Amino acid sequence: MSIDAPVKVTPEARKITTKPRVSDQIFRGIVTAFSFSALLILSLIAIFLLLKGFTTFKEQGLGFITHFEWSVTQDEAGKEVAVFGLQAMLIGTVVISFVALAIAVPLSVLTALFLTFYAPERVKKVLVTIVDLMAAFPSILYGLWGFFVLMPMAEYWAKLIQKWLGWIYIFDVPQGVYSRSPFIAGIVLSVMIIPIITSVSREVFSQTPLDRIQAAYALGATKWGMIRAVVLPFGAGGVVGGSMLGLGRAFGETVAVYSVLNIVFRTNFQILFTQGGNVASMIIQKWGEAGKTEISALMAAGLVLFILTLIVNFFANFVVTRAVKSGR
Amino acid sequence: MDKSSQITQNGTLMSENQNTTPSSLSDVAAKRAEAKVAGTSPLGTGLEARGVHAWFDKHHALEDVSLDFSAGTVTALIGPSGCGKSTFIRTLNRMHEFIPRTSMAGQVLLDGKDIYEPGIDVTKIRLQIGMVFQKPNPFPSMTIGENVLSGIKLAQLKVDNHEDLLEECLTRAGLWTEVKDRLSAHAGGLSGGQQQRLCIARALAVKPKVLLMDEPCSALDPGSTLRIEETISQLSKSMTIVIVTHNMQQAARVSDYTAFFLSDGGPGQMIEVGPTNEIFSRPRDERTENYVTGRFG
Amino acid sequence: MSTISQKPSVAPTRPWAATPRDRAMTALSVALSILATLTIVAVTPMKGKLAYFFLFFITWFIIDSLFVVSKSGSKGVKDSLAAKVTLFGGVIVSMAVFSILWATISNGVKGINLAFVTQNMREASLFDPIGKGGILHAILGTVILIVIAIIFSVPMGILTALYLTEIKGRAAGIIQFLVQAMSGVPSVVAGLFIYAAIILNTPLRSSTFLGGLALTILMVPTVTRTAQEVLNLVPSDLREAGLAMGATQWKTVALVVVPAARSGLITATILGVARIAGETAPLLFTVGVFDSYNFNPFKGDSGTIPTVVWAGLMGGTPESIQRAWSAILVLLIVVLIMFVAARAFGSKQPKR
Repeated sequence: MSIDAPVKVTPEARKITTKPRVSDQIFRGIVTAFSFSALLILSLIAIFLLLKGFTTFKEQGLGFITHFEWSVTQDEAGKEVAVFGLQAMLIGTVVISFVALAIAVPLSVLTALFLTFYAPERVKKVLVTIVDLMAAFPSILYGLWGFFVLMPMAEYWAKLIQKWLGWIYIFDVPQGVYSRSPFIAGIVLSVMIIPIITSVSREVFSQTPLDRIQAAYALGATKWGMIRAVVLPFGAGGVVGGSMLGLGRAFGETVAVYSVLNIVFRTNFQILFTQGGNVASMIIQKWGEAGKTEISALMAAGLVLFILTLIVNFFANFVVTRAVKSGR
Repeated sequence: MDKSSQITQNGTLMSENQNTTPSSLSDVAAKRAEAKVAGTSPLGTGLEARGVHAWFDKHHALEDVSLDFSAGTVTALIGPSGCGKSTFIRTLNRMHEFIPRTSMAGQVLLDGKDIYEPGIDVTKIRLQIGMVFQKPNPFPSMTIGENVLSGIKLAQLKVDNHEDLLEECLTRAGLWTEVKDRLSAHAGGLSGGQQQRLCIARALAVKPKVLLMDEPCSALDPGSTLRIEETISQLSKSMTIVIVTHNMQQAARVSDYTAFFLSDGGPGQMIEVGPTNEIFSRPRDERTENYVTGRFG
Repeated sequence: MSTISQKPSVAPTRPWAATPRDRAMTALSVALSILATLTIVAVTPMKGKLAYFFLFFITWFIIDSLFVVSKSGSKGVKDSLAAKVTLFGGVIVSMAVFSILWATISNGVKGINLAFVTQNMREASLFDPIGKGGILHAILGTVILIVIAIIFSVPMGILTALYLTEIKGRAAGIIQFLVQAMSGVPSVVAGLFIYAAIILNTPLRSSTFLGGLALTILMVPTVTRTAQEVLNLVPSDLREAGLAMGATQWKTVALVVVPAARSGLITATILGVARIAGETAPLLFTVGVFDSYNFNPFKGDSGTIPTVVWAGLMGGTPESIQRAWSAILVLLIVVLIMFVAARAFGSKQPKR
């Protein structure tokens, strides 16, 4: 009898199964079904807007996005002639959103830094409550405030800016009318998006690894030196993500913008001048008197807006999750 | 015999073999004491702690520690976990105050001047008293070269030649040959031991008089540990070093003096301090003897 | 052996904290800056709140730097500038919020009287002064809207959250992504969708029911997200205890997990309601505007608080604008109460 060296055999792992009880299967079924309602709703939105807007897409083609004119007229034969082009409104949306970001991002980052690194306990609690409060204000309140309270002040600031910086194209104006401008709409939007950018920035700043912070201080850094060397590089991704979330919110804002912006179908980069628009408020503006063709166009516009915000939010969430999770 | 003893700089050694302690430890310490040249290097009066206490909120964590770290020496702080060694070392470069609701008492004198004096610029203190941490913490957003020079940049110090300083610090830290061709690479690509040496180089760049090391090798492999211990020996020729360590062999290998800390449930206290070979071969306090012979901790 | 000598107990100190001298210096630099600001404004043609604000900031920075530079050099100056700039960021943001609150309260209060909250607008017109006509119909409409939205969105939201926290199936990643996508849907799109899907395709016309559906779309993501956070806080040993006793998963969830998270789920609902209570755009498509009571949620336009504000703003007369401010004040008070209630429920510990 030969004795072989014992061979080690690893047994195959057993498959663990369980047969769930019927009541549990029902439970899981119901819960799963309801969870997919999100998918259902989003798809339905896309489908119905597409359906109702289809005639517009068919007739206008790609011009829907690239043309500048929006009008419904009748030609000599009494037939309706419609031209629908969103270009001006799309550009307008981007313009006011970028004005909003230019104001909101620095203010939010500063506030987030203040809250995370400088504020004493009691001040911090108060300021955090204030920022949360901002998030709770209804958008129409921002519209009211923007029109009656902010606009007079902002017109004065606009005049100052035009006086000193008017040699730069975007700060110049063809005529001295400063009310209801993209500048003012941008300020109102910025106040609306500051809470979300601040809260994401705060979250990411507070996760800065303590050992790097200590390394900086141990080298004799001042608080600001430490923030520049450690916190800002670490938190940059989160700030970008938060800003994109704010951008997504700004794209879709309706009544607040409508109250403080003069909606005109012309591209306007001179933000101090009373001319601009965004897709959402344009839809509101045209809705009241819209005939059937125009309603179809507005549906199509809604679909474009929907897809646009979906894309921005998708990227924003991606960036934020990556920044918040990873220990970069 | 009181707990706080002043050590004077001395070169006398006693290298007798004892049977109460593992002979290897005291042997190692004795050899080191032999190797060290008696005498001083012109480094000023060094660092001195007088009656230092530390509190976390109401909790009294450290009681009445007085230690005199002579210029040009290496002092090891040993003791079981939680007895205040790390807290103490952080009072030496004013890092203790970063934890909210902490307080302290006593004085820490650098070249005869109390670093806790009101009105003093604490960032200047930290330039003179550097620190290396347990977990290597290079700045990941900077390259290797930038990391080393980061202290210079943060303090806005004037440096004539950045490349020379870079080479000097990395050489002293024992890292130059390994990274001299990739100074623009990101620091994150280095191994743990290399990162720690990078942190040492970074601390050296601002030319501190004292280097505090809080268990610098506990997260590293034995090979890196030995390299860093070599570095410590080299560095001690030009600065004062205080090193917290859990590893008694390490204390025996690198330090001239050793201080033993202990907490009996209350605040941590410094039980005994003396030349390393004495602490390991003929400790005066029974608790020290119990610790170094491995009866607890 | 060491002798323990009796030592006097030592008092803890904080030598790094701000000394009275530091505080005096700060007060001095602030006072000097105010003085300098007032002087400059008096002497130069600068005027307005903007001038005061920025002059104060600049003079304060300069004066304070003079105090700092001798101690810490240029890096100390940069540090002190950074501290002040971040403080000013926070101050500007706070000022915006206070401005909004102050405007609402001071403008809205003028129009609040008993009639305002007990009457509707049937008899009154745009030009009628305050005292005639009220928003009770709008309050009713908003309440009905909220109830309908809760009926639909709370089950959907909580069940979705349960899927993500309890079942954690393979689709969890997709569902999470979809919920986030849903939270980005613009309010006007929600309104358009209901119009396109229902009003254009079925005999149903504007009603609070449809408004409630539109608001559901906006409310579900908030409810889901908050419910998810709250359910994740329930310690897993509770679940394990239930399962170890042989209970089915659904019984464990229904009888153990959900009750434990109850106050948090209420918070989730309140936050969802606060989110949609002030939404205007979707209502314009689905509920319309109306000036008296409509008790039927399935038929006919209704007045709602946001549309009353909207109509007031668009009306243009001082009286209608006054109504707008007063209505928004009412809404803001309701939202703030919900906000406080959500905080109160949210801070309750989950029941063990």
